[in-house]
Amino acid sequence: MPKRTDLKRILIIGSGPIVIGQACEFDYSGVQACKALRGEGYEVILINSNPATIMTDPEVADRTYVEPLSLAFATEVIRKERPDAVLSTVGGQTALNLAVELAESGVLEEYGVELIGANIQAIKKAEDRLLFKDAMRRIALDMTQSQLVNNVEDGLEFANRIGYPIILRPSFTLGGTGGGIAYNGEELVEILERGIDLSPVHEVLVEESVLGWKEYELEVMRDLAGNGIIVCSIENFDPMGVHTGDSITVAPAQTLTDREYQMMRDAALRCLNEIGVDTGGSNVQFAINPQNGRMVIVEMNPRVSRSSALASKATGFPIAKIAAKLAVGYRLDEIRNDITRATPACFEPVLDYVVVKIPRWQFEKFPGAEPVLGTQMKSVGEVMAIGRTFKQALGKGLRSLETGKSSSAASFDRDLIAKRLITPNPERLDYIRYAFSQGYTVEQVFELTSIDRWFLQQIWEVSEVERSLEGRMLDSITQNEFRKLKRAGLGDRQIADKLGVEPLEVREARKKLGVSAVFNRVDTCAAEFESFTPYLYSSYESENEAEPTDRKKVVILGSGPNRIGQGIEFDYACCHASFALQDFGWESIMVNCNPETVSTDYDTSDRLYFEPLTQEEVLNICDTEQPDGLIVQFGGQTPLNLAMPLKSVGLPIIGTDPTNIDLAEDRKLFGSLLKKLDIPSPAHGSATSVEEAVQAAQKLGFPVLVRPSYVLGGRAMVIAYDEHTVRRYMQEAVSFSVKRPVLIDRFLEDATEVDVDALCDGENVLIAGIMEHIEEAGVHSGDSSCVLPAISVPQETLRIIEDYTRKLALALNVVGLMNVQYAIQNGRVYVLEVNPRASRTVPFVSKATGVPLPKIAVGLMLGKKLADFADITGGTVKGSLPVPNYFVKSPVFPFAKFPGVDPALGPEMRSTGEVMGVGESFGEAFAKAQLAAGTPIPDSGALFISVNDRDKQAACELAARFREFGFELFATRGTAAALKAAGLPCKTVFKVNEGRPNAVDLLKANKLNLIIYTTTGSHSFPDEQTIRRNTVMYRTPCITTMSGARAAAEAIISRRRDPIRVWSLQELHAGKAMTNAG
Amino acid sequence: MEQAVLALEDGTVFEGTSFGASVQRTGEVVFNTAITGYQEIFTDPSYCGQIVVLTNPQIGNYGANAADCESPSPYIEGLVVRELSPIASNWRADDRAEHFLAKYGIPIIADVDTRKLVRLLRDFGAMRGIIAVGEYDRDELIEGARSAPMMAGQNLVSRVTTPVQYKWTEGVEPVSESDKVVHGSDSSFHVVAFDYGIKRNILRHLVQIGSHVTVVPAGTAAKDVLALQPDGVFLSNGPGDPETLENQASEIRKLIGKAPIFGICLGHQLLGRAFGGRTYKLKFGHHGANHPVLNKLTNKVEITSQNHGFCIDPDSLRDSEVEITHVNLNDQTVEGLRHRSEPVFCVQYHPEAAPGPHDSHYLFQEFARVMKGNER
Repeated sequence: MPKRTDLKRILIIGSGPIVIGQACEFDYSGVQACKALRGEGYEVILINSNPATIMTDPEVADRTYVEPLSLAFATEVIRKERPDAVLSTVGGQTALNLAVELAESGVLEEYGVELIGANIQAIKKAEDRLLFKDAMRRIALDMTQSQLVNNVEDGLEFANRIGYPIILRPSFTLGGTGGGIAYNGEELVEILERGIDLSPVHEVLVEESVLGWKEYELEVMRDLAGNGIIVCSIENFDPMGVHTGDSITVAPAQTLTDREYQMMRDAALRCLNEIGVDTGGSNVQFAINPQNGRMVIVEMNPRVSRSSALASKATGFPIAKIAAKLAVGYRLDEIRNDITRATPACFEPVLDYVVVKIPRWQFEKFPGAEPVLGTQMKSVGEVMAIGRTFKQALGKGLRSLETGKSSSAASFDRDLIAKRLITPNPERLDYIRYAFSQGYTVEQVFELTSIDRWFLQQIWEVSEVERSLEGRMLDSITQNEFRKLKRAGLGDRQIADKLGVEPLEVREARKKLGVSAVFNRVDTCAAEFESFTPYLYSSYESENEAEPTDRKKVVILGSGPNRIGQGIEFDYACCHASFALQDFGWESIMVNCNPETVSTDYDTSDRLYFEPLTQEEVLNICDTEQPDGLIVQFGGQTPLNLAMPLKSVGLPIIGTDPTNIDLAEDRKLFGSLLKKLDIPSPAHGSATSVEEAVQAAQKLGFPVLVRPSYVLGGRAMVIAYDEHTVRRYMQEAVSFSVKRPVLIDRFLEDATEVDVDALCDGENVLIAGIMEHIEEAGVHSGDSSCVLPAISVPQETLRIIEDYTRKLALALNVVGLMNVQYAIQNGRVYVLEVNPRASRTVPFVSKATGVPLPKIAVGLMLGKKLADFADITGGTVKGSLPVPNYFVKSPVFPFAKFPGVDPALGPEMRSTGEVMGVGESFGEAFAKAQLAAGTPIPDSGALFISVNDRDKQAACELAARFREFGFELFATRGTAAALKAAGLPCKTVFKVNEGRPNAVDLLKANKLNLIIYTTTGSHSFPDEQTIRRNTVMYRTPCITTMSGARAAAEAIISRRRDPIRVWSLQELHAGKAMTNAG
Repeated sequence: MEQAVLALEDGTVFEGTSFGASVQRTGEVVFNTAITGYQEIFTDPSYCGQIVVLTNPQIGNYGANAADCESPSPYIEGLVVRELSPIASNWRADDRAEHFLAKYGIPIIADVDTRKLVRLLRDFGAMRGIIAVGEYDRDELIEGARSAPMMAGQNLVSRVTTPVQYKWTEGVEPVSESDKVVHGSDSSFHVVAFDYGIKRNILRHLVQIGSHVTVVPAGTAAKDVLALQPDGVFLSNGPGDPETLENQASEIRKLIGKAPIFGICLGHQLLGRAFGGRTYKLKFGHHGANHPVLNKLTNKVEITSQNHGFCIDPDSLRDSEVEITHVNLNDQTVEGLRHRSEPVFCVQYHPEAAPGPHDSHYLFQEFARVMKGNER
């Protein structure tokens, strides 16, 4: 069957902002789908609210709508664009849910749009627990005993019949949100209540526990002709009980006999058939009882998923691209395998290596949340590593995580071993390794963890190899021993730590003995056929398959696993760097270890090295490639941390000199530079001891902002209002050293913060965007909404900002991108921070201005000048870029995943993703952004206000406006008094400790529609926290700053005035040459 | 740990670690890309005369068990792997993979860069090789590899076929309560199966479709087969060069029109030869469980299990009594034939799988169907 010719225009729905459980894997899938469909000659229309994605680049689709993924806005896009079909299977659960809404509301029918990929019946059958169970029963597939309940009583009754533990899974929620394991009735009630609430259909599946069973996942593809293949089998290292997104996983499955594997394969294919997935990719999860082989099906997703991204990277089989082609009618055997060129895509990839995925958690950012793992996903990112053996892959995976944890026993507690092994937690793998180093046997660890003995045996073997180094000298290690160490996956640093030498000495010693890394190819076929794609991983085998070219080439260091503060924005920049290099005729070589990203697609760069971002691995790559340059400024902090070490061994870092990047972090040097340039900054100091810190704070005057150097995302950053806080911070919160002191700044209260992205060629400076933050200074820039252009900053202040930026860029000899953060207090501009590198806002500014900043930056790094890019910038090569309309970027927070955490915003970044709203007024753009972020601002109802004394005046003015909008006012005692004094009628509500019914009761009863609750400065009032925490639980929008509240008022005005309208980026930036295609 | 070495006829030498039996063996070195099913591969008689390289780098993880044997003992000459598991981790295991091979005197060489070896075999074709243990003389070993017999021209069937006729009645046993084995019809066919190196899973599947099976030696004459009054005749898989089996081909020729015939692998090649076709040696053969095969009759693709070094030349069958029904989508080679008018058909690949996907089980049903249609 060739492709369909009755379709001309296809709408693709993206997945929206990055949230836990739905990350940049859907940028990867969306980009592949867009490219595949356009490649087939279809016109592609895209809707996705996330500006940080490659997929929302105007070159990827014909029409790109960065608009909220809501029924109303999607309908407007359909009305305007009239697509023939909508593809809903490449944008995660969000896209699937929106497609269901579009279908059920009759929009698709009204506009004659066909749903392709998965039909409504199939989606429903797979997603609705009851229908799914019935379907599986029909094809004789076993499932765990379970019951769907919509009230607590039924849940308890079931649990009493089956026995605890009981697994709870709310229907239709992302990444298992709201699910959990209940070990007793009390826990059951708690989780069940939350689950019923969080489920859009208010249903929860209560289920027999299969804790400790082996867990597997198969990635399946099927075409319209009914041909089905398994792309990849995945075995979870962690047994059942841990969400698969939080599990360490291994591909291919390692401990199944062929009989068992084929039984699972048959079941997966039968499942797809029964569910009615016509075409595309799906995953099917299974659990197997390790005692007797009983197999149950856990769930299936009738769409491309997180594990599809993993499977694609693990095998070299591009699932999303193929899924898109199948959706328009192709058969699997009509599509070629890009890698072998000679064979069709209708086959099952085989691996001659082992792939390990390890999740990355950030519980440290959510004090109050218990760091244990269960059925609800908590990880914010993941790494993948490829090795010839499991041992090697695991070692590389651990290095890829960049947790900064040393492998030494010092950070472990022997008494905690049993505890850390029994209850799954982020440290479990570290503790398994530690337990072996302390003499535990495989059998003992198995008893505590139920992790398959084969995996444990491998880890035990590595610990034995490590142990063999004890008491040894570097020069006594033989060639064979080195080979064994490296083949077991040990890093040079690990070996060096054991021997008490430097990693570079280990490297030199082993290389002298001929033990060097070689590179093998990921080729889908275990070398059975020749491969034409340089998709490589390192090993210590005997043959190097890299075949480097003799072209001019540049290596781009990627950003590693997604973390809060270092996410998809940096992958965006890295991909663009690669596209730009190719445009300029250079060979682009990508190094990264994040399987979710576009950068780790084998066709994004000329060559791909799927490797940890460590000095060791990068040096290995450079040994083979001999690049003409390395780019470190696009991947966030990860490559920057490598910049100096790489420069010091003589590698050619291009762009801004790493010395100057470091200078901007060095308090003393940077301070004297600012003095020289006559640019004000908040008074500041630095400290390498507790006492120094206290003295510095006293000298500067409270409040102060305290933070470690060299971090992204405001990690461990606090505002201290007193000496006690500073002391506690220094003692408990951070590690510091003479090389890496703690930075202390005078904190500017009530200042407006501004973020600036600029380009510099060493001579001229182009200000790409001056973004005004909605939240005042003190809220991390990544957690603050911001607007472009600035709305309340006077022209002369903007000129000052431009002037300072220009001076700074030239003084730091920036070549490429630079980001500066300023605070404006009483009309005076202070520099807060300078980062001579690509920032988190680069994709947002690129989309708002229509100018691809990373492309220009790469050009500058290769020696071009800003003047050479006049065609791309619409003629502006210095000064500021113009912005049509208003663009608002708003953050998205994971608080719902971390019950017990105060959602008040502060200096430590906690948002996982961002959205963009565009409008003719700030209010319109902000309203859209808030809707897209999942916190829509109501335009009527009950408003609850509680503010600190400083904010009372402003609160009264605002409350008056909200009353005009028709809101009913509720307030706590103090605020109510102020409101009443200002002549505003309002109802007084008890605080939690004052009596009942209190604010939380009202929240629970759904009586409040909007909350404005500012902090009293420090975060120590439990009452405030309780109320804010409950707003998260009951999903009532909660604004924690006065400036945020003012913006909300603007949004309401727009919502009442403006119609629903949408603009494509192509319309907004018509006239600018946007030739940045990849 | 003792050193082992694999030397190839082209002079390449791979050093590794010795496991299994501490003996020297020669054979044709071939690679298999299946991810699961090493035990079935060890015990497949079609591997007689071959040293097998497994591309999956982690072998032995799930040990060995009595139920997964494809014949009473392993047939490979030797095993080459990247890493061998010292433990068996699976609830069905009753032995470790290493012990299992050691028991039958088969050497294993581990810690070999199997990917390099596979690339070599892919580019130069299957080569003769030798596995030796302990201290070695390089030139002597290479000479040893070169003096091993060539696969082309070898009759290995005589080494693996049953010496006496026997009955087979065992069907497919489920691996666990979740394994839904489809049981055959109520019919009771008598199938006579030629054993050229037959795999047990073929016999199990013949039972599964409602047959009782009489297995006969490879040299059994057509008239003796017919004297058994079969409802169908089955031609099995097996090792070696089909060209050396002219007798078998001509006996098969005599059976056409007398009973429904179903052939697999070597049985398919012999049927092809019986119809006047020619067979030739593939460069490095098809050994794996992921080969796409197009069924031209249904226009559907099956993912198949394959293990063959020889192949039927389609040109040699032009204008013959048979038509090509199945084609390999990787290299367009012939994968299946059927007689234009008689109930005779065969496939080059392994519908019984073991190891491999179950996509092609329908062929056994098809055999049942033609036997039923032929009932008098």
